[in-house]
Amino acid sequence: MQYRYKIAGGDFSNAGSVASSVKKILRQLNISHSVSKRIVIALYEGEVNIVAHAYSGIADVEIDSEKIRIVLTDKGPGIPDIPKAMEEGFSTASPQVREMGFGAGMGLSNMKKNSDTMNITSETGKGTVVELINYFSTDVR
Amino acid sequence: MTISDIAKKIDGRIVCSEEKSTEEVEYAFSSDLMSDVLKVDRENVLLITGLANLQAIRTSEMSEINCIVFARDKKINGDIIKLAEETGIVLIESPFSVFRISGELYSAGIKPLF
Repeated sequence: MQYRYKIAGGDFSNAGSVASSVKKILRQLNISHSVSKRIVIALYEGEVNIVAHAYSGIADVEIDSEKIRIVLTDKGPGIPDIPKAMEEGFSTASPQVREMGFGAGMGLSNMKKNSDTMNITSETGKGTVVELINYFSTDVR
Repeated sequence: MTISDIAKKIDGRIVCSEEKSTEEVEYAFSSDLMSDVLKVDRENVLLITGLANLQAIRTSEMSEINCIVFARDKKINGDIIKLAEETGIVLIESPFSVFRISGELYSAGIKPLF
């Protein structure tokens, strides 16, 4: 199964709608709460990152019998120093993002914690691609 | 303790999803920082916050939190209520501060997460 969702930069009222849709799909597939919770939290943080930092983005979601693979591709300023951005507490978020309850520099580390595999590539001035993979069974991680 | 009993303890008004007010709450977490809330990994958790916006609802939806208390008489608008109803989350408005709500509920036996 494949799904594609568009994410608009700056659209805080819809931040989380992709994660909410994916959560419903995982429920329909009877994926356990503990597994689906990690996936939707990683996706939600990624979605908030696109809304907060990028101009636009796309979430491509592929689900097969053993795993879910999510690729978040955005057009935006990119991340100049990925290891620095991964540090808890480091953030370049605007005051508006902080007012929404985010921007404390925990998004990327929360995404890493809640995914089995996370890969980030970024080009300054162009955008960022984040790949998240989670397995449905702990046996195949 | 049920959500309905919690509302009484904090002079709270249940704003929506009242049909779920008989559900039990065991733990509470007070935060305005949603990335911290996303680290909650238990069930039957209540969120106490001063952050009255859609992200408080979305974050609770992802974290499986079924009840949110908005402190200091923060007014909750229609979009927030609509999303909470869609996702089955009970919203409570309380005139008390986050500190007082936390103290009242801790004294009544609601457990902290950390």
